[in-house]
Amino acid sequence: MNLTSDQVVLWHHGFMKLNETVVTTWVMMFLMVLGAKLITRKLVTGGAISRWQGALEIIVTVIEKQMKDVGLDEAAKYLPFLGTLFVFVATCSLCIVIPGFQPPTGSLSTTAALALCVFVAVPLFGVGEQGLAGYLKTYTEPTLIMLPFNIISELSRTLALAVRLFGNIMSGVMIVGILLTITPFIFPIFMTALGLLTGMVQAYIFTILAGVYIAAATQSAKPKANLRVHTKQLNPALSK
Amino acid sequence: MDSTTVIAVASIATAGLTITIGCICPALGEGRAVATALTSLAQQPDASSTITRTLFVGLAMIESLAIYCFVVSMILIFANPFWNHFIAQTSGK
Repeated sequence: MNLTSDQVVLWHHGFMKLNETVVTTWVMMFLMVLGAKLITRKLVTGGAISRWQGALEIIVTVIEKQMKDVGLDEAAKYLPFLGTLFVFVATCSLCIVIPGFQPPTGSLSTTAALALCVFVAVPLFGVGEQGLAGYLKTYTEPTLIMLPFNIISELSRTLALAVRLFGNIMSGVMIVGILLTITPFIFPIFMTALGLLTGMVQAYIFTILAGVYIAAATQSAKPKANLRVHTKQLNPALSK
Repeated sequence: MDSTTVIAVASIATAGLTITIGCICPALGEGRAVATALTSLAQQPDASSTITRTLFVGLAMIESLAIYCFVVSMILIFANPFWNHFIAQTSGK
């Protein structure tokens, strides 16, 4: 039994290997880029928009709103990166309804690559926003003693991002595979439906966490004025 | 018992223990989280969107602890590095 689709090697030449994960990822990338190109070929701003454009606009505006909600003020700036993560992971999870499809996110190498993208992107955005010194200073907050722990948390959260996504998607695929051998007719369908839900939630979580990390790296120096106002509004007893 | 048997017994027993304990604790945590979220939903239905979003994120974070245990037990059963090492050694002999 294969734990991941990495173990299915389709073609190899010397040290170069082409396994199923890579091929599936390439096919999905190609289809998604092609679809996005086709849809955005004739965009209109007024009047009746096409249904596909409406669908894409829903995705973009919802991601932007969610990013604003978790505290990323200039969401539009980070939308290309975060949106790509979300759309890729979500499409991979949605495609599990296709028979014989092995989601690329069910392999640790894909999720590790995605998590490494976040790991690299967070310092880049942080340095771009508050300069090298300003970004490095966030590691020594609240005190200098926290420096090693901040560095450890940076590494461990990357590991957690990768293993969380991998574990969730892989477990969904594996449970369906095991159930197919035990109760082949109806029950695997329910587990596939559950896998769809888990996959969408995981895509959401991955994007939200990446957004939270970027928000923490880019705007840590700002005072949390908004938060205080909210607490007062929600709980009048506190403001007395 | 030779070393492969010891490894097999230890791996299978540990995999079972891992998934057992690793399911109980996150289940308790998730129960607490959902119960608290329901209470706050009943108290403040206006904040339902925020509460639901935070609940889902929190649940997924707690859930991932159970998933870590699942990954570890799957590795122990299907991709055990010690097992592969000893199998390679005995077949090489």
